[in-house]
Amino acid sequence: MSLQEFFAMGGYGLYVWTSYGLTLLVLLANIIIPVIQRKQFFVNALKKKR
Amino acid sequence: MFLVPDFVGRFFHRMASPPHFYAFTARLMPWLVVIFVLLTAAGLYGGLYLAPADYQQGDSYRIIYIHVPSAWMSLFIYMVMAITGAIGLIWRIKLAEIVAISSAPIGASFTFIALFTGSLWGKPMWGTWWVWDARLTSELILLFLYLGVIGLYGAIDDKRVASKAVAILALVGVVNIPVIHYSVEWWNTLHQGPTVTKMDKPSIHVSMLIPLLLMALSFKMYYLIALIQRVRVELLQRERNSQWVKAMVLENKQ
Repeated sequence: MSLQEFFAMGGYGLYVWTSYGLTLLVLLANIIIPVIQRKQFFVNALKKKR
Repeated sequence: MFLVPDFVGRFFHRMASPPHFYAFTARLMPWLVVIFVLLTAAGLYGGLYLAPADYQQGDSYRIIYIHVPSAWMSLFIYMVMAITGAIGLIWRIKLAEIVAISSAPIGASFTFIALFTGSLWGKPMWGTWWVWDARLTSELILLFLYLGVIGLYGAIDDKRVASKAVAILALVGVVNIPVIHYSVEWWNTLHQGPTVTKMDKPSIHVSMLIPLLLMALSFKMYYLIALIQRVRVELLQRERNSQWVKAMVLENKQ
């Protein structure tokens, strides 16, 4: 199977890769948001101290 | 407790204590990520590359490897949310309340993914993005239940009171769970019947089944990782006036 064939997904490439791409975005956001919130918490807490 | 070994009881007792939970999950996280990456890599390799195309649906069926595990997670996380919500309601365990509310955005995300990928699968196979049939409609109601839980929690300032309200809403919404699961059997629907969770042999070939199960495990692992991240933030915010959080801020530890 060539790389091109793989990405074409038998003509369904648009549907398949949009599904996978969107899933990746949503799952990444669910990790990044709480990590940013935690960093923000410590930044704000330190500001209050000073 | 009887029947439960002593060290197990001690483990759960310690884990219900916020500072212990916070420190323990920090050490646990790298291992969870490694397991998650391995499961996902194996699942995607098996599903997108090794597994053959479907004899009816061609390659479009490969959406199954995220669609079905997401749909399973949308139900599983709802049950976790309802059960931990109930535990928080009855025994007032703070960590249970926090697990319940932290599960809501992750469950909503998986519900959204199940609906969205289902739509992208439905278009080429059914010829339509959406139909108002029992399976799709009940899954959409699940999304609204999750959003209702998130909205209700945000609307009440006292977080202990908010947790009570949210737990009751989540428990009422549990009636929707069997409706979603059995909808394809109770009603005539465009959505195909179950191919894995049938009582007799699953009607899916083993080369397709194994990657599907790997992806299901990968999503379970992901849930654990995302849940821990959210629980840690929520713990910090609720316990911001307690000694252990103040000490961490002073030492600038995260």
